[in-house]
Amino acid sequence: MALASEQTRDAFRLSMLVYDTRFRSWTIQIVVLVLVALAFSWLVHNLVTNLAAKGKDIDFGFLWTRAGYDINQRLVAYTNDSTHARALLIGLLNTLLVASIGCALATILGVVVGILRLSRNWLIGRLMTVYVEVFRNIPVLLWILLVYVILTEVTPPPNAFKVVEGKEPLARMWLDGSVAVTNRGTNIPEPLFSRSLGNIDLGIFLVSLDLLAIIAVLAGSFFLNRLVVRAAAVRQEATGIRPATWWKSVLIWVLPVVALLYALGFHLAYPVFKGFNFQGGIQVLHSFTALLIALTIYTGAFIAEAVRAGVQAISRGQTEAAYALGLPAGRTMRLVILPQALRVIIPPLISQYLNLTKNTSLAIAVSYMDLRGTLGGITLNQTGRELEAMLLLMGIYLVISLIISSVMNIYNNAVRLKER
Amino acid sequence: MSEIHAQTVPFVRETMLPPSAPPRSEAGAVRWLRDNLFSGPMNIALTVLGLMILYVVFQAVLPWLLHSVWNATSLGECREIVARTWGPDASGACWAMIRERWPQYLFGFYPADLYWRPTLAFALLFVALAPVLFSGVPRPLLWFSAVYPMLAFWLLWGGSVWWWVMVIAGLALTYAVFRLAVLRLGAIVAGTLAVVLLAAWSVYAVAPLSGRLDQVIPAAITPVASDRFGGFLLSITIGVTAIGGSLPLGILLALGRRSDMPLVKSLAVGFIEVVRGVPLITVLFTASLLLQYFLPPRVQFDIILRVIIMATLFAAAYIAEVIRGGLAALPRGQYEAADSLGMDYWQAQRLIIMPQALKISIPGIVSSFIGLFKDTTLVAFVALNDPLKGITQIVRSDINWKGIYWEPYVFVGAIFFLICFGMSRYSMYLERRLKRDHR
Repeated sequence: MALASEQTRDAFRLSMLVYDTRFRSWTIQIVVLVLVALAFSWLVHNLVTNLAAKGKDIDFGFLWTRAGYDINQRLVAYTNDSTHARALLIGLLNTLLVASIGCALATILGVVVGILRLSRNWLIGRLMTVYVEVFRNIPVLLWILLVYVILTEVTPPPNAFKVVEGKEPLARMWLDGSVAVTNRGTNIPEPLFSRSLGNIDLGIFLVSLDLLAIIAVLAGSFFLNRLVVRAAAVRQEATGIRPATWWKSVLIWVLPVVALLYALGFHLAYPVFKGFNFQGGIQVLHSFTALLIALTIYTGAFIAEAVRAGVQAISRGQTEAAYALGLPAGRTMRLVILPQALRVIIPPLISQYLNLTKNTSLAIAVSYMDLRGTLGGITLNQTGRELEAMLLLMGIYLVISLIISSVMNIYNNAVRLKER
Repeated sequence: MSEIHAQTVPFVRETMLPPSAPPRSEAGAVRWLRDNLFSGPMNIALTVLGLMILYVVFQAVLPWLLHSVWNATSLGECREIVARTWGPDASGACWAMIRERWPQYLFGFYPADLYWRPTLAFALLFVALAPVLFSGVPRPLLWFSAVYPMLAFWLLWGGSVWWWVMVIAGLALTYAVFRLAVLRLGAIVAGTLAVVLLAAWSVYAVAPLSGRLDQVIPAAITPVASDRFGGFLLSITIGVTAIGGSLPLGILLALGRRSDMPLVKSLAVGFIEVVRGVPLITVLFTASLLLQYFLPPRVQFDIILRVIIMATLFAAAYIAEVIRGGLAALPRGQYEAADSLGMDYWQAQRLIIMPQALKISIPGIVSSFIGLFKDTTLVAFVALNDPLKGITQIVRSDINWKGIYWEPYVFVGAIFFLICFGMSRYSMYLERRLKRDHR
């Protein structure tokens, strides 16, 4: 081994590019760059040759042509005269609908199961372990297919609900005649406003002003509630006695919304069997329900594991310290354990949300018209634009993933342990 | 002293009394029940809830299982038998379907007289895995593990044995050249030389040499086309190959992501983040729809091979992230210790860093493997006959078995559960075996 001072005096030799650590990393990087550039140019060359041979080009103009197909679940206006871009939007909204409801339900299920699994009750603990192990070790596709098949093949046809004089109908509606599960879909009541504020046109789609008003009132309640809770905390700091706030919170959350709903003339339109099928209400497609149920119970099992691991990661001393301070078990969990466990739980929770969102693409198994069903399915087949459609599809999924992970990372940074 | 004692104290016990048994309510089953099931109102409520769940599940499932029918030729006949034996309202499982169709579930449309080949390959898989998984198995068996992939591919797809012999010869030659060159030229030059040699061998030598050998000594077995593959044969082929390929690739990607070289690092980060951001289905569609655009004209690629490559790349990105976590968890001192011993990068990685990082990441790696194996069912969407959707759809569209739904899904689900659960148990065993700290 030569000393560093001697080395600098050496004349540069070609072999130093490989054997001298000062130059080696540059050599490697340049070689990698050249190889990557060669590979890319080879791929692009092939692409150009193949496209020319087929007489195709890369053009996203197909997005603005008439789609010509119907979509059975649309959150905003769409007809088969709309453009492919509009179909893409419908698909994207359907994907986001399943993903957001699924994430919310899976979180609730996962947290409940995760905490029950840690319960001192032997029976419940074992049952939850069985649930988690069974659902984690079987492909989610199986659950989607199974739920869909059961919903479409076991449930009665709509005419089983027909009421004939003097005869009992073959099937009954649930929840006091408001929900009917048939082999065509689930009929649920539709919320309607008799004194509606109307819609506002955003150019791309209509937004209901009633919905905006409800959101605004709920946001107002949220801030008012925070003021009340903060005032209670100030009072507790000053006097040591925390005034009861729960009834104030309930009033603040409930009263304004109820008043607004009354003012808007809120009522439910029940589905009613007429002729050959149900009229009124909303028909929820079985493809949606199957996808939602399967993704919820599957992801719920993973979230339960994350929650259990997070709670177990908190040292036993924390619980003991809380008991020593005289906190009861419920408050120990709420005030001491969960806030700390949350920091451990959130990173795996983010990846489960991402997984659920990506797994919504399994909608293909039950023909739910999500992003892959519209853009990556019918649009792709009709226009023959595989390259453009797949690029767009992957790009959109990538953007959704990046948005979810960055939002959750911001939250993670907010609850992270602040170290000096 | 004792004399004084004898006079002042009226009675002194000279032997210890045996401890008396605890009260009956504080011992044995009663105590256990009280502690674990009935310790408070909340606990009692949970127990009742649990019993209710158990009751609901068992009163639905038990009769169905007990009334199973194993001998029938159609679902209608099954139902008839159940109704005749157990009454008109009874429900019963119709396992006769599995009994009739299990070869299809296992092998797809693989020629029936060649079933011995995948079976043999599957049995040998365990022989090849044994020395890798368990430390008690004789080490020389590792050579068999190294040759096994080629042997298995030959058994599954058939064709001339010489092609695979030439592949093995190329790998052996490359290895020999690398071992000779590494002493004189160092790892980088020797590695480059080996890669170039391997590429040249596979492009210029394999096909002509094996063709020549075939003419001299014909040694071929019946070739089987990829579209005949299906069922668990397909799942296990894709799963095992992709698992085997994704671990080394994942390690390389993780090292790339932690590298000091900005170009290598940004390439690794870009690859990992893009792959992790898109669903596997889009990747599989890319394999089936787009790959033809990026290959030279008239180059045809086997669909199973395309799917295996895509699944490997996909899983590698996830494994890279798991291993990166393991690398980040290692204390900085381990790297510095390796440097101060004078080890170069690869020596340090191989002897110091990786054994520890991989040990930390075992649970994550195995759960990635489990995810990958479960995801092999998605190949149904690129027109391959996976057991879950492909074969079950074929069975359900048969007029005899139309309307059957619980049995195929329970059967396929049970096999997936056994394999995946087995993998997760093995990872726990491995964690315990590799545990070096004493806590």
